[in-house]
Amino acid sequence: MTQQPILQVRDLHKTYNGNQVLKGVEFDIEKGQVKAVLGPSGSGKSTMLRLMALLEPADSGQILLKGSRIGSREHKGKSVHLSERTLAIQRQEVGMVFQRFNLFPHLSAVRNVMLGLTSVKGISHHEARIQARDMLQKVGLDNRADHYPSELSGGQQQRVAIARALVMNPSVMLFDEPTSALDPELVGEVLEVMENLAESGMTMIVVTHEVRFARRVANEVTLFDGGVIVEQAEPEEFFTNPQHERTRKFLSHVH
Amino acid sequence: MLFDSNIFFAQLVSVDYMRGAALSVAVAIVSLILATVIGFFMAVGRTAKQPYLRAPAHFYVWFFRAIPALLVLLIMWNALPQIIPALRADWFSPFIAASVGLGLVEAAFMSEIIRSALLSVDDGQGLAGRALGMSPAKVMVKVVLPQAIRIALPPTGNEFIGLVKYSSLASVISLRELLTTAQVGVNITFRYAEYYAAAIVYYLVIVSILSILQGLLEKKFAWTSKSAKSKKSTEATVPAPMGIS
Repeated sequence: MTQQPILQVRDLHKTYNGNQVLKGVEFDIEKGQVKAVLGPSGSGKSTMLRLMALLEPADSGQILLKGSRIGSREHKGKSVHLSERTLAIQRQEVGMVFQRFNLFPHLSAVRNVMLGLTSVKGISHHEARIQARDMLQKVGLDNRADHYPSELSGGQQQRVAIARALVMNPSVMLFDEPTSALDPELVGEVLEVMENLAESGMTMIVVTHEVRFARRVANEVTLFDGGVIVEQAEPEEFFTNPQHERTRKFLSHVH
Repeated sequence: MLFDSNIFFAQLVSVDYMRGAALSVAVAIVSLILATVIGFFMAVGRTAKQPYLRAPAHFYVWFFRAIPALLVLLIMWNALPQIIPALRADWFSPFIAASVGLGLVEAAFMSEIIRSALLSVDDGQGLAGRALGMSPAKVMVKVVLPQAIRIALPPTGNEFIGLVKYSSLASVISLRELLTTAQVGVNITFRYAEYYAAAIVYYLVIVSILSILQGLLEKKFAWTSKSAKSKKSTEATVPAPMGIS
């Protein structure tokens, strides 16, 4: 491919209380690609997503979206964090789906989806409702629009959360273990929505333990361990002929 | 001297008592509003990262939790006008002095209620709001506050009832609220039982109405759809907390 990658991550470092969580993460993702990120808990996968969603600042390194740097800028040879205001604008480009859904419990499903449109994009209530309803229909929940999160199953909540992120029309969607908090029988409906989204051409980075999903939907599978990317390959290659011992060991545990 | 129900009922429907009760409730309402506004900023100050925001908020709560409300009222009405000439003007009435005085004291307690309510909102809520591109102020107003209010509502109801009763302290600064009205009547007639009994009835009615209003308000914060409510009413389901499936 000759086109510029939509998202580029360069030498990302992050330390919490002296504990190095990310030790120089680097990767590219092309537009419309789906990258599945596997790895043991505590390997830094979720931290990497939070950094890319600009919810936390990186200690060093760069994130480039469509070629331009986001989250921080160069000033007198040093990397400085952007103001919360600028970050808020840039965050609209990146959709985030959380492990525990994080729906707003005081708002109905449709209002959860509307909030970003009305309060961030300044779209009128009426227009926002139409767009939100449309998005809920895409995740198969238009008949649940007026239900509150406490009245929805975990799978339905996560689908609303996906709609809430999607309605902002982001360039990239990040999923942080989107099915890990779900009862096993509810996992399928969420994965189905994600698969449809992938087919529609959305660029996605999915941190997951769902090996079958990674194999079937992803264009590229990544193993994350100890704060670095250990292996990165196309699904067939990754699962049948991994190059690293660490990957083989990991796969023997999850298979 | 037996209990004379005629005197009792005459007081119960007297203009003086009604005016006194209205004043008590009015003082409680004004001071609660003042306390909630000040308390909110103190709560935000106490949870702030910056020491220069934390310190004054901490000092305020420490100071006003320590000083008796009665003393604050006496200072408001007697001491302050000596120091600040502007307060000797006519507009500075016992009603204003009592409302502001009780409001200042109550703010220290409201700040604790609001602080714990703000802290009880899951961190993931702020994260989700910010991920959508909402500014910190928008996250506070649209996401965190509506959830914090629900937590703060029951203890605030308690504080409101407390304020209605505390308004009786304003008798020392010659505000003719409910209890002062009773006391003035007693001093003239010496019919203690009848006058005090009438006051009891008023307090009971006021607090009962407040409790009903609080119940209605809490229902508004139930966060369920009406259609689902009627459907689920027979199952008596308890809504699961967010994120736990």
